[in-house]
Amino acid sequence: MSAPPPGAPRRFEKLALSLKAYPTLLRIGLAEAVAYRTEMLVWMLTLTMPLVSMVLWSSAAQGARLGPERLGSAELTAYFLITLLLRLLTGSWVLWQVSEDIRSGTLGQRLLRPVSPLVVYTAEQLAPLPLRAALVLPLSLGLLATQARAQLTSDPWLITGFVLALPGAWAINFLTMVLLGMMAFYIDSAAGLFYAWMGLYTLFSGYLMPLSLFPLWLQKVSDVLPFRYMLDTPVKMLLGWPIAGGARDTALGRGQALTSLGIEYAYVAVLALLVVLLWRRGLRRFAAFGA
Amino acid sequence: MGRLAQLRPAARKYGRLLGLQLRVSLLAGMQYRWDFLAQGAMQLVWLGMSALPLLIAYKARAAAQGGTLTTTDISGWGFYPAAMVFGFFCLLKAVLDGAVNPSLLSVIDQIRKGTLDFVLLKPADAQFLVSTARFEPWHVIDAAGALALIALAVHRQHMTTGAALPGGLQLGAAAVLLCCSVLMLYAVWLLVICAAFYVVRIDNLSYLFSSLFDFARWPRAVFRGALQVVFTYFLPLTVMTSFPADALLGRLRPWQAAWAVAIAAGLLWLSRRVWRRAIASYTSASS
Repeated sequence: MSAPPPGAPRRFEKLALSLKAYPTLLRIGLAEAVAYRTEMLVWMLTLTMPLVSMVLWSSAAQGARLGPERLGSAELTAYFLITLLLRLLTGSWVLWQVSEDIRSGTLGQRLLRPVSPLVVYTAEQLAPLPLRAALVLPLSLGLLATQARAQLTSDPWLITGFVLALPGAWAINFLTMVLLGMMAFYIDSAAGLFYAWMGLYTLFSGYLMPLSLFPLWLQKVSDVLPFRYMLDTPVKMLLGWPIAGGARDTALGRGQALTSLGIEYAYVAVLALLVVLLWRRGLRRFAAFGA
Repeated sequence: MGRLAQLRPAARKYGRLLGLQLRVSLLAGMQYRWDFLAQGAMQLVWLGMSALPLLIAYKARAAAQGGTLTTTDISGWGFYPAAMVFGFFCLLKAVLDGAVNPSLLSVIDQIRKGTLDFVLLKPADAQFLVSTARFEPWHVIDAAGALALIALAVHRQHMTTGAALPGGLQLGAAAVLLCCSVLMLYAVWLLVICAAFYVVRIDNLSYLFSSLFDFARWPRAVFRGALQVVFTYFLPLTVMTSFPADALLGRLRPWQAAWAVAIAAGLLWLSRRVWRRAIASYTSASS
C-alpha cells in the first residue's frame, strides 16, 4: 500500500487524463474494427433471428389483425426490421473480453495504464459503431423506406424520443455485459450465466415478438424488467405505437415515451453505479491472487 | 462379389471404432454428472422458450379470427403440423449440437494448431475420425424432448381433426427423410469446415450456418418467393424439417421424397470430394 489515498484533486486529474486520451482510444478502436471488417460483417450476418421471426409473424398476420394494437403484416414487418437495426447498432459482447481479461490475467496490463480499464472498454465498444452503422444503415434504411415507410411515425417528438433512447439501450446492454463479465472475478466460467441472461433477454426484450402480443401475465413480468428498454420500447417509439398500451394517440404516446425514457435512464444510472462499485471490489480480489 | 467381401471387415472395423469413440465421449461427459443434467435441463428450457412464438402466433391469429387453436392455420399449416415441423427442427438441432458440431469444430482447432497431422497419420479414414471425434451426450435429453413433442403433436392432430394416425409406411418414410436430413446437415457442415483449410479464422462462419439453420423451424409454406426457392433447392432447410412432417401427415409426394434423397446423396458426394481436395492441399503446421 505505497500509493497515496486517492484524494479529490487526484481523481480530477485522472478524469481529465481519461478525457484527453478518449479520442485516441476511439481512433485505435476504429482502426481495429476496420482491420477485422470481414469478421464483423459475418458476425452481423449471423443476427438472423429478427428475420426468422418476421417470416412467421408476417404470415400469421395475413388477412388478420393481431393483438390489442391490431397489427397487420406491414406493421409486423416494420417492427422486426427496426428490431434488427437496433440490435446491430446497440448490441455489445464486451462480456467475453472482460471475463477473458480477468481469467487470463491480461487485466493486469490494462491496469498498468493510467486510464481505467472500464473507460477503455467503453471506447473499444463505441469505436466500431460508425463502421457498423456504415455497413448496416444503407441497406436497412432502404428496406425501411420501401417496405415500411408508411409505418414510421411522423411525430418529431417521438422520433426525438427514439434517438434519445438509443444511447440508453446501448448503455444497458454494455453495462449488463460488463457486470456478467466481471463475474469472472468470482467464478470460473461466465458462459452459463451468459446463456441464462440471453434467454431472459430474448424473451423479455421484444426480440421474438412485440411484447403486446404476450399473454397478460408475461407482459406484466416484462414491464418490471429492464430488457424491454433495449428493443421493444424504442422500436415502438419510432413506429408511434402506444408503449404502455392504449389507443394510438400522439399526445398519450409522447407522455408514455417520456416516462419510459425516464425509467430507461434510471436503469442506466443504477447499472453504472453497480458496475463501478463491484469493479472496485472485484479488483481487490484480483490483486489478492494476482500479485 | 470381391468388393463386397472387402467391405465387410471394413464395416466391422469402423463400427467398432465408432463404438469406441462414442464410449470415450460418454465417459468424458459422465465425469460431470450434474453438469450433464444441468445442460440437459437448460436445453429443455430453451426448447420450451423457442416454441413460444409458434404458440402465441397461432393463438393471436385464432383470437383475431374468432377461431380456436385447432381451426386456425398459417399459410395453410395447422397448429399441430407446424408443431411437428418445429419438433423435427429441435431434433435436428440436438443432432447438430450433440454429434456434428463438436467434432467438426475441433477440426478447426486442430488445423490452426497443426495437430491434425496426428489424425492423418492414423490408419483409418481421416474424415471418419474427425467426424466422430466428440459427442456431447446431454443432447440426448433435448432429442428425447423433441421426439416427445412430435409424438404429442401427432396425437393431438389425430384427436382434434380425426386424421388417421401415421401407419408403418408413413413412419418409415419419415424416418428415412430424417436420416436424409441428418446427412444433409452433416454434409453442409463438412463443407463449411473445409473452408477452414483455406481461411484460418472460421468460427464466425460456423455461427453463420447455425443462425441460418434457425429458419428451418417454421413450416415451408411461410416462406414465399425467392426465400422458398432458396430454402428448397439451394440450402435445403425446408426439406430437412417440413418434408418429414409431410410424411407423418401422409401427404408426402413422391417427388419430395426423391428430391430429399437426391439432395442428401448429392451433398454427401460433394462434401466428400471437397474434403479430399482440402486434405490434399493441407500443408500441416511445419511446412
